[in-house]
Amino acid sequence: MTTLTAATPRKLEVKDFKADVPPDWCPGCGDFGVLNVLQKACAELEIPPHELLVVSGIGCSSNLPGFFRSYGVHSLHGRALAFATGAKLANHRLTVIVTGGDGDGYGIGLNHFIQAMRRNINLTYIVMNNEIYGLTTGQVSPTSEPGMVTKSTPMGNLEQMLNPLALALASGCGYIARGFSGDPKHLQKLYMDGIQYPGFALIDVFSPCVTFNKQNTYHWFRDHVYRLEDKGHDPTNFHAAMDRAIEWGAKIPIGLFYRNPNPRPSLDKLDPALQGEPLVLKPRGLTAEQRRALVEEFM
Amino acid sequence: MDHANLIVGIGGAAGDGVASAGNTLALAVARQGQGVYAYNSYQSVIRGGHSWLRLRVSAQKPLNHGDQIDALIALNQDTLDRHLQELGSGGVALYNSAKIKPSYEPPQGVQLCPLPVPELAPSSKELPVMQNTVAVGAMLRLMGLDFAGLESVISTTFAKKPKVVASNVAAAKAGFDYAGAHFQPLPRQLKPTSQKWALVTGNEVLAMSAAMADCKFYCAYPMSPASAILHWMAAHAKQLGICVRQVEDEISVINMTIGANHAGVRGMCATSGGGFALMTEAIGMAGIMETPVVAINVMRAGPSTGVPTKTEQGDLNQVFGASQGDYPRIIVAPISIPDCFAVIQDAFFLADRYQCPVLVISDLLISEGNETVDPAVFEHIREIDRGETILPSANGELPATNGEPYLRFKNTESGISPRAVPGVPGHLYVAATDEHDEDGVLISDIYTDPVRRKKMVDKRARKMSTVLEHLPPPLFSGPADAEVTLVGWGSTWGVLTEAVERLNAAGITTNHLHVRYLVPFQVREVQKLLGRSRRIIIVENNQSGQFARHLRAETGIAANGHIRKYDGEPFEPKHIVAGVQDILNGKAEIVNVLSTEPGWRTDHPSGTSADWKGRLSGIARAATH
Ligand SMILES: Cc1ncc(C[n+]2csc(CCOP(=O)(O)OP(=O)(O)O)c2C)c(N)n1
Ligand code: SF4
Ligand SMILES: [Mg+2]
Repeated sequence: MTTLTAATPRKLEVKDFKADVPPDWCPGCGDFGVLNVLQKACAELEIPPHELLVVSGIGCSSNLPGFFRSYGVHSLHGRALAFATGAKLANHRLTVIVTGGDGDGYGIGLNHFIQAMRRNINLTYIVMNNEIYGLTTGQVSPTSEPGMVTKSTPMGNLEQMLNPLALALASGCGYIARGFSGDPKHLQKLYMDGIQYPGFALIDVFSPCVTFNKQNTYHWFRDHVYRLEDKGHDPTNFHAAMDRAIEWGAKIPIGLFYRNPNPRPSLDKLDPALQGEPLVLKPRGLTAEQRRALVEEFM
Repeated sequence: MDHANLIVGIGGAAGDGVASAGNTLALAVARQGQGVYAYNSYQSVIRGGHSWLRLRVSAQKPLNHGDQIDALIALNQDTLDRHLQELGSGGVALYNSAKIKPSYEPPQGVQLCPLPVPELAPSSKELPVMQNTVAVGAMLRLMGLDFAGLESVISTTFAKKPKVVASNVAAAKAGFDYAGAHFQPLPRQLKPTSQKWALVTGNEVLAMSAAMADCKFYCAYPMSPASAILHWMAAHAKQLGICVRQVEDEISVINMTIGANHAGVRGMCATSGGGFALMTEAIGMAGIMETPVVAINVMRAGPSTGVPTKTEQGDLNQVFGASQGDYPRIIVAPISIPDCFAVIQDAFFLADRYQCPVLVISDLLISEGNETVDPAVFEHIREIDRGETILPSANGELPATNGEPYLRFKNTESGISPRAVPGVPGHLYVAATDEHDEDGVLISDIYTDPVRRKKMVDKRARKMSTVLEHLPPPLFSGPADAEVTLVGWGSTWGVLTEAVERLNAAGITTNHLHVRYLVPFQVREVQKLLGRSRRIIIVENNQSGQFARHLRAETGIAANGHIRKYDGEPFEPKHIVAGVQDILNGKAEIVNVLSTEPGWRTDHPSGTSADWKGRLSGIARAATH
């Protein structure tokens, strides 16, 4: 989070974060809600669009940066976190938000997901979890429920669901939340907290795919989800968070699962090269004296 | 070569300190103005392992590790047994007489130099490596150099431990004096000169050049033979303000590096073939997103895990084939250790100017080889020119615009578009791996439009049309009207240079074309140079002739002969000379060289030669079977 500059003299509004290109998601897709709420959160947080970098992978959900007015990157399938990490380290003044799907982040990009949390790079990761591969027209995902019939599992999914929240807890993630795109007010609060959290923040969002997932529909989610806040969950309690994270059945919790009360310093606070000015603003090249000293090491 | 030129072989098992003994000797002679080229050949097939380092020393800088030894330091019995036979008349063999005895009569004229190490260095009882120090001291004396050079090296190596300095200096001096009193000096004596040398590996030069070119981000996943770049970067990260990260895999490495470049810093990464394979999808991303990035592939013998500690030039096709689709990229292979410096300076310039990947192909020989380089080479830094990059300013000022909307991928005549990086006010855009229009908006899905798709492919391709203007010409040397033209690329330059000298001296007129830039290919220059050639012979360290195929594809020129090697060891000058002779004699069109020769013992897979008949005549024989 950084100061405003001359380029943003007035108070920011939602329209400042709307790109000229309208979203081309299927009507009713959960990702609309995810986008709208993110625009609201960024406006409210007064983040100048040019100091905001939104990075995605590939998937329906990963098309989000194209509809969001800021610097954006629509990178490779599964690689958004790696790309965003490099960008954040190059300019740690940027507010970096990574968006993508369950296939993108929990399937092909899973290694980066775990490592980014362990690494505690200071960015916000929003996963539009529709429990299906949307863009590729409806195959099974690591978060698809067992038994689910998809194009690639016509006899039903034989595998267990991946649990991103429990995985995040185990991987040292300091801010772990789950929202529902059908509950925008609640989701906005999670976004705003997550973006302000001084370290890696995960917000998994139930974002129904109305076209290819006929099982986990809006209706289904409304029937199942409850808010942790309503049940007196203490988000500073790691073990309580783990208990809630593994809850999946008649009732499924959403809300803030865990917020580390003593956040670990994020990577940019620790790397000696990143102290002070961001790398991109550092003076160019080495001095003649530095160069001479390097060569002398070999003599 | 005019100057006395000595090749010292140092051998021992893993843990015997071969590399550090070699390094001490190399630095000690370098500080007396001697040029050095060293190649360490590791063996893993024998019990205990065998490490065999050859160190070529001459006041006139040696360009390769040569193909014979004049002096031997045997750190274990095995080494003396293996290599004693390789010495010729006038040669010397040094060993600790308390531990090692010759198992057979040395070749005629070879001087055995047993060193009574326990007497010369009493501390060797607790510290067996003291035998190395004694031997290095003795070797220095036999070469005709002063002790002062060695003393200064020991002092800097153990600067923090004065006691260790004292005992090592005493041991070295004892060896030095003992050799003076008891052995004949080598017939060719070295003379100290005032030339200053830096003793470097190719990996160190690649890393240091990057740092001097304002590389501020380096990340890697360890892989031989590229890891030493990471080690140099990590060791200097704090001091130079470089963000250096070891991350989860090479996919992450390249994506992070491109991410850092996208955000406006110069970033680089390096790996070997296996890691490079994982990087290829993202290299295409840098192509379509028009993000600069410098990525190095340090080749080792492949495919797959291959032979991790052996050299090869077998990844050319892989680098050409990196990523699907057509996209602009530049591919360059340094020809020597010092050339790594200029190549990296140029690579960053080209990456920024053309906003594309620059792929650098090194190999184990260059990257792990050790060579003295004139420190003046490292003063040739290229002015940092970020091309059309628009960077954020510290005070958040708006860069000047002409009032037109900013188009990140503007369809310019040169194909190069001004590149604003995140953080710059007034230039928002999305960089996408999907095909996009000039403003960055996708044209890949519902907006598919053949006209705009072609326009954008053409725009990117057009960037390549002016790259050639910025490239140094291919290297060509030797008589224009030669009987034979040797063509090589990458690390074979030094060996070919010496082979050409020997061939010309033997009456076979030979010239030499060496290619650095593989993409874009300097077709016109190469066609012109090779158009006059009477017999073209391509030399490359691989089995299938990947470069020969590339040359033919680019220029239509098919070579008349090929000298190839894929046994894991680098070429030596004698291999080239013998290969050319075989081709000229019509014995073969493709000569596959093996680093063993007639007389080679089956229990002697040391990569060195055992048949030394006629080797001093200047033209060595090589097996071509
Ligand atoms: C390396 C690679 N493999 C496969 C694909 C094809 N692909 C594109 S999106 C996608 C899955 C998308 O699922 P998810 O990330 O859940 O996003 P959603 O469309 O559901 O929002 C796949 C497999 C690709 N683009 N790249
Ligand atoms: S296919 Fe599914 S995820 Fe993709 S846009 Fe349509 S509803 Fe959304
Ligand atoms: Mg999905």
